[in-house]
Amino acid sequence: MKARVFITLKNGVLDPQGKAIHHALESLGFSGVNDVRAGKLIELDLAEGISDADIEDMCRKLLANTVIENFRIERLETA
Amino acid sequence: MNSAVIVFPGSNCDRDLAVALERLTGRKPAMVWHKESELPQGIDFIGIPGGFSYGDYLRSGAMAARSPVMRAVKDAARRGVPVIGICNGFQVLTEAGLLPGALMRNARLSFVCREVPLRVENSQSLFTANYDAGEEIVFPVAHHDGNYQADEATLDRLEGEGRIAFRYLDEVNGSARRIAGILNDSGNVLGLMPHPERVVEAAHGRTDGCRLFEGLLETVNA
Repeated sequence: MKARVFITLKNGVLDPQGKAIHHALESLGFSGVNDVRAGKLIELDLAEGISDADIEDMCRKLLANTVIENFRIERLETA
Repeated sequence: MNSAVIVFPGSNCDRDLAVALERLTGRKPAMVWHKESELPQGIDFIGIPGGFSYGDYLRSGAMAARSPVMRAVKDAARRGVPVIGICNGFQVLTEAGLLPGALMRNARLSFVCREVPLRVENSQSLFTANYDAGEEIVFPVAHHDGNYQADEATLDRLEGEGRIAFRYLDEVNGSARRIAGILNDSGNVLGLMPHPERVVEAAHGRTDGCRLFEGLLETVNA
């Protein structure tokens, strides 16, 4: 079983990397981009029986710094 | 004073800190590898050095903060042992929950490496007793992730409780309220981005860092 953890900066936390990406897009001539926020994607390959609560625990203890970041978990059903 | 310097893979200021401590305390510090689960007996000061522990993987200081030795450091900090985290050490202390807030990428994205003027905001702490309140000193900085951020309530509490130890005089990295270094609520843990251990002898060009270690030594030996 696989899961994806999306880690994003909380609203209101300044994102200098997102800003730089935004400027770079504009300098390449892409218009119409209002804002850019950069985050992380972490893919977990998990044994059977790992619960959502277990993954949330992993996020709180290591994967995200909840002072500045939010996380969202997405489970991928494997065929 | 018996000190310990914690060494992680990727630490690169551990020897500078050890040299400064030996020079100013008269004793060689114990160099403690991150895989140790205990500190040597009788340690009365712990230094967490600068560098790029674990290659800054995930977030600066994130992996180091979860290493085995940090459990022993947390226990010691709770017992009141003075702990200083310099640069990456400050990042490790926030990631370990020993200090509030987080250190983010510098606001202008560039690595900042230069001498910066600082104001000593609290001259009553274990670490700053040998400075005058409001004194202006100069320490070097060398970091990419020194942009200190915390929520407004935390920042107000730090201000109100006198826990901002050092503040930048000029804009350096985007830090909230120009914070350069903070204390924990019991005053025995200091985290700061600038490097006091790099200004301790004439050959460094400045000696503003000496009084930090000397003040600490006097308090610990008192």
